[in-house]
Amino acid sequence: MRLKNGIAKYIKSTALQRRIMRRKGLDRFFAFEGLFVMGVALLVLFALVGQLAADGAGRLSWQFLTSFPSRFPAQAGILTAWIGTLLVMLLTALTAIPLGIGAAIYLEEYAAKSWLTEVIEINIANLAGVPSIVYGLMALGLLVYELHLGQSFLTAGLTLGMLILPMVIIATREAIRSVPPAVREAAYALGATKWQTVRDHVLPYSMGGILTGMILALSRAVGETAPLITVGALSFIAFLPHPPWQGTFPFVSFEWLFDPFTVMPIQMFNWVSRPQEEFHVNAAAAGLILLAMSLAMNAVAIVIRARFRKRIHW
Amino acid sequence: MKALDVSQTVLKAESRGLNFFYGVAQALHGLTLPVYDRCVTALIGPSGCGKTTYLRCFNRMHDLYPGNRYEGAVILYPDRVNIVGAEVDPIEVRMRIGMVFQKPNPFPKSIYENVAYGMRIRGVSSKADLDMVVERALQEAALWGEVKDRLQASAMNLSGGQQQRLCIARALATSPELLLFDEPTSALDPTATSRIEELVTELKQKVAIVIVTHNMQQAARVSDHTAFMYEGRLVEFDRTEKMFTNPSVKLTEDYVTGRFG
Repeated sequence: MRLKNGIAKYIKSTALQRRIMRRKGLDRFFAFEGLFVMGVALLVLFALVGQLAADGAGRLSWQFLTSFPSRFPAQAGILTAWIGTLLVMLLTALTAIPLGIGAAIYLEEYAAKSWLTEVIEINIANLAGVPSIVYGLMALGLLVYELHLGQSFLTAGLTLGMLILPMVIIATREAIRSVPPAVREAAYALGATKWQTVRDHVLPYSMGGILTGMILALSRAVGETAPLITVGALSFIAFLPHPPWQGTFPFVSFEWLFDPFTVMPIQMFNWVSRPQEEFHVNAAAAGLILLAMSLAMNAVAIVIRARFRKRIHW
Repeated sequence: MKALDVSQTVLKAESRGLNFFYGVAQALHGLTLPVYDRCVTALIGPSGCGKTTYLRCFNRMHDLYPGNRYEGAVILYPDRVNIVGAEVDPIEVRMRIGMVFQKPNPFPKSIYENVAYGMRIRGVSSKADLDMVVERALQEAALWGEVKDRLQASAMNLSGGQQQRLCIARALATSPELLLFDEPTSALDPTATSRIEELVTELKQKVAIVIVTHNMQQAARVSDHTAFMYEGRLVEFDRTEKMFTNPSVKLTEDYVTGRFG
């Protein structure tokens, strides 16, 4: 009875209403603050992309895409650069993704919890934060000088592969951990082995999250410049790598792996550091193409992810 | 413990002095308990008394997590093998003993794939064989009529009760010798619950069943034998009618009459 009277007292007074108004005010304040911060971020992004487009859009042409670099800005193009970026990304994905997913599955599903796995886990997290130039130095010492892989596509792909490996492992582990334990238990209870459970359930159900991690990791790799300069990217290559196929048996050729390479950010870096204004325009145009390439890569991954998610309904 | 009238029943499994440890914490203390073939054995007791822990010993679910340890024996008849023995492969045990969990946990795949999965991992891949098994299991789980026109639809679109019957069908598909139910109706509404209970009563015609339940009326309705557990120990085991009408132990009487727990 006393309690009821207590509440009634508050309802009659306007104190309660005032309190609600104040809390709603705070609510609105936070919404506006969030909107403002987001607006600033978007504005900066649009300004940067707009600047790039204003500078470089006029330079975009078929000739630009299909020409080798040249000392004459009007004749220079990014053929070797974009082909190089595609090939390096291919090698990066081929090394980092299988290794990273494999390592993540091992750590999440198989490894017994011990001090050793703990040390490995901490180190993977730390490796994800190591500056990329350090990876470049490591690759220079290990891949170029020790293993004599040369200043090649292979070296570049392996370097970036090592760089994004920790990110791939961390993203995959997060995705694997999001599969409910009840589903794993259901598979085990039917008599499934660990590998059957992983292959038929854990991996398919976490594929959406894994692919998101791959997108982020490859997007990071596509813009990397420092480690590739360190391992010896060239900025002036006037010939294409060897084709990956040949007329005679076994029809595929791996000679291109050992060709000298360049990639888009290297080409841009080179042009930006030239004194002539026309080369800066070329750099802006190459920046637009690089942006388009990474957006296209993301789009492909999003499409694949959507197809995976369509088959799985939680 | 008082000897039972077992003239009509055949042993399917039996735990003998079973101790179980989560790391250093002992969860089960010397459980000795028979499970009769073609009967339903209910495990009752207050939360944390070890019912589920005990149930999960039967299909070695504890082996999935590190640090767990069994002592004693769970003998499976007629071959008299100790299924918690270190030399026995838990996968083999799980292939012979099915389990239905507390919350329906279908795979996020089609209804068909859910039921077929047990046979698939046993290497069956012929469409005709799988079709046959899926239909039989769904019929045994009283779900066939509701889903036969949409076997390829996602299992996640079924209602909670249907999902649980799907999980029962999934467990039945591989013809287990013993079926474990871990509070199978605790997440379901009364209608779905009564359907599952009917199903349990039907299924005992062909398979031994152990069911953990929080609901004493449910134990009384579906089971032939009831075991009352308290703090990791068996307090009393007897025929269900006797347990609920004339238990020998005071603690059991207090629990079944709702005086505690």
